Amino acid sequence: MSFSWAKPYEPKHPVMRWLDDRLPLPRLVYGAIGGGYPVPRNLNYWWNFGVLAGLFLTIQIVTGITLAMWYYATTDGAFNSVEHIMRDVNAGWLIRYVHMNGASFFFLVTYIHIFRGLYYGSYKAPRELVWMLGLVIYLLMMATAFMGYVLPWGQMSYWGAQVITNFFSAIPVIGDPLRVWILGGYAPDQAALTRFFSLHYLLPFVIAGVVILHIWALHIPGSNNPTGVDVKDERDTLPFHPFYTAKDGWFAAAFLLFFAIVVFFAPNWLGNPDNYIPANNLSTPAEIVPEWYLLPFYAILRSFTADFILPAKLWGVIAMFSSILLLFFLPWLDKSPVRSGNYRPVFKRFFWILVVDVLVLGWVGGSPVKPLTVAVGQIAATYYFLHFLVILPLISKFETPLPLPNSISESVLHGEKQESAPARSGKPGVTTVAG
Amino acid sequence: MATEAESAEGSRSLSETGEGVRRRDFLYVAPVAFAGVGAVAAVAPLLWQMAPPADVQAQATTEIDISKVQTGQRIKALWRKQPIFVAHLTPKEIADANAVPVSSLRDPESLGQRTQAGHTQWLIVIGVCTHLGCIPLGTAEGENRGPYGGWACPCHGSMYDTAARIRQGPAPKNLVVPPYKFTSPTAVTIG
Repeated sequence: MSFSWAKPYEPKHPVMRWLDDRLPLPRLVYGAIGGGYPVPRNLNYWWNFGVLAGLFLTIQIVTGITLAMWYYATTDGAFNSVEHIMRDVNAGWLIRYVHMNGASFFFLVTYIHIFRGLYYGSYKAPRELVWMLGLVIYLLMMATAFMGYVLPWGQMSYWGAQVITNFFSAIPVIGDPLRVWILGGYAPDQAALTRFFSLHYLLPFVIAGVVILHIWALHIPGSNNPTGVDVKDERDTLPFHPFYTAKDGWFAAAFLLFFAIVVFFAPNWLGNPDNYIPANNLSTPAEIVPEWYLLPFYAILRSFTADFILPAKLWGVIAMFSSILLLFFLPWLDKSPVRSGNYRPVFKRFFWILVVDVLVLGWVGGSPVKPLTVAVGQIAATYYFLHFLVILPLISKFETPLPLPNSISESVLHGEKQESAPARSGKPGVTTVAG
Repeated sequence: MATEAESAEGSRSLSETGEGVRRRDFLYVAPVAFAGVGAVAAVAPLLWQMAPPADVQAQATTEIDISKVQTGQRIKALWRKQPIFVAHLTPKEIADANAVPVSSLRDPESLGQRTQAGHTQWLIVIGVCTHLGCIPLGTAEGENRGPYGGWACPCHGSMYDTAARIRQGPAPKNLVVPPYKFTSPTAVTIG
């Protein structure tokens, strides 16, 4: 919000003035998402997904709190309490399906939001902290989602908990005591279930706090834009309200329509039918698979099959966590001063290869373990690490980017032949902004 | 992205009068109002879900078998998790109740008003003292029935007569008569 032309908050109504003198909350809102926050005028729809992520966080918190009014966190009551919600609680089926699918949609919009950041260089200076706070939010989301999935105490809940808590036993020396400490027992049982419920209720509020930091850090330099060129003057921006409140509102409504279609017509499509079987600690399901949004990491984990100094299990766990941790270093791995993929032809191609690679990893993660799928997974996992650790640094060293527009306004005008023709050609009513 | 030219066009297009509802006013208000309706529709289930669910509502009615209740006998039953007194009144108890002038009662009601036609010997009340909620004694064999032959609340001394009406003590109202129906000569459904 450091733009000099940002409109200051000037309350006219005496009540608003009284409030502003005592607690400047409306001023804060005005300056953050109101008419007093300038935003580049050329943002495309890939910029809507941050707001959608905030919307789905809200949906999850609200539906989660209402579900918690009926859910019992006991090993003998949890599964039945969920069925009670589905069958007897008024509109319980709706709230449960919204919460269940809301988690999937929260991850979907977050992934699109992350890939937007990767393509347009939103992680580069001066927004490195925005990027890193975002990764913290992502890690918290994964922890929250994992714990939430355990709560219904179905077969996948129980065995997913077994598998994921077993990651910790891979750590040398302290591994198994750590796992037992996390579970409060020797296997997922009552202690694990109650503490997962407690933490699952807590973490979304921690996420909300980090989201506030994330937005605050963003609002210092202001938003990036599809050209990656910095805002130069007033002509490059529009006030957030009403332009982006309208655009966000419209797209949110359309996206919620898509969400409603899934919730009402295909509520179990993204889920695993095995979770409708009550947990049985003596019977492992044929295929233990996490929810779709964790599949790429599952594939990386399972790609390590041979011991090499360290046991394969430990390699898998290290690689899985590293795949996210290395993203924290991205602003320093990719040092190109050009932000946007629109002006980086080589980078652009590798970006799309990365997208395909992550989708392939997701497919591998969901497939049964066979020689072909393991091989494909190993190639895809290798590419993932190569992309960030080798390819991106090399590209940023050797790539010749396309010439950048002088300003955001100029880039917009140059998109349309008539408007971008020079003024001296005599066309009426046309002026160039650049220059 | 909006430009000055496009905004100007909006105000020059159809409007009812010079100062009437402009097209842009309608376009501002309509989607927000529509979204507001959507928001209300979205919030409604969240509030509705707090109401008693189907299984609790199924407990809203209870059937009681009264075939074994002798004249002069009283039983305790359960309805909506609360105690119910079912009393098979003797002719003397009925006469005692009818002898009391209704206007002299703290909560004026005749026995006839508290029983159903054709089943005037059956008194069915919720066994919760209307003072502060204790369960009055007098239903089980040997329990103290108080000076009026009905029920006696041990907590603060409220005394009820054979029609379960308050006669003495701090309770303001007679024992509450719940809605009930005789489904057969030997069964009554409460609620």
